Amino acid sequence: MAHPKRKISKSRRDKRRTHYKASAPSIAKCSNCGEIKLSHRACPNCGYYAGRSMFVPES
Amino acid sequence: MRHRVKGRKLSRTASHRLATLRSLSTALLKHKKIKTTVAKAKETRTFVEPLITKAKDDSVAARRHVARHIKDKEVVKELFGEIVEKIGDRAGGYTRVVKLGSRPGDGADMAILELVDFNSVTDKKVKTEAEPKAEKTTKAKKSEQPKAKVKEEDVVEAEVIEETKEETKAEESVSEETTEDKKEEKK
Ligand SMILES: [Zn+2]
Repeated sequence: MAHPKRKISKSRRDKRRTHYKASAPSIAKCSNCGEIKLSHRACPNCGYYAGRSMFVPES
Repeated sequence: MRHRVKGRKLSRTASHRLATLRSLSTALLKHKKIKTTVAKAKETRTFVEPLITKAKDDSVAARRHVARHIKDKEVVKELFGEIVEKIGDRAGGYTRVVKLGSRPGDGADMAILELVDFNSVTDKKVKTEAEPKAEKTTKAKKSEQPKAKVKEEDVVEAEVIEETKEETKAEESVSEETTEDKKEEKK
């Protein structure tokens, strides 16, 4: 069976990992109430999505 | 390659999965709007829609076919009656999935699955105006119903019952969503 010939150095390992990044959530303003919400999701503040009320928020 | 690999397993065995889809479908047809995880919502969509299409043909065979999956007789009746009546002119696409974000606790992506023509959560203003009327009529009917089973009155009453049913469902839908949630957590 094939085996690695050399141990991966810390430098090589860490260079590989430079592309492991967290991405920021895509955020949009609610078209109904103006609150900031996640895009493609119903607004947790007013319960609207695409101009339609999906649920009535508590309180 | 994921060629010809369809559907989601939902971390369940085949029988468990079928049972889940059946109960979710029944819940959807009963309450018109349910809250589940995105994966379950999308899977349920592919399960109920053919059943609704099947229900457009009002035959004994079709009823039995649907009743194999929808175990609640009342719900089957409602599907062949009210639901098909409202939704029947659509060529598929009877349901809508709207994402809600992640659930506190396990971070599962949640969604609302609803029947397209039954979006009954309207503006609060409209709701508060409609509610008092609905309550009055339901109270009045309860007292009348045992006496009045005359055919002429039945026609009029049936219409009113339908209206009030929908409105009360709109009120309930929010609380039902939370009960749905609990059910899921038990699973
Ligand atoms: Zn909003």
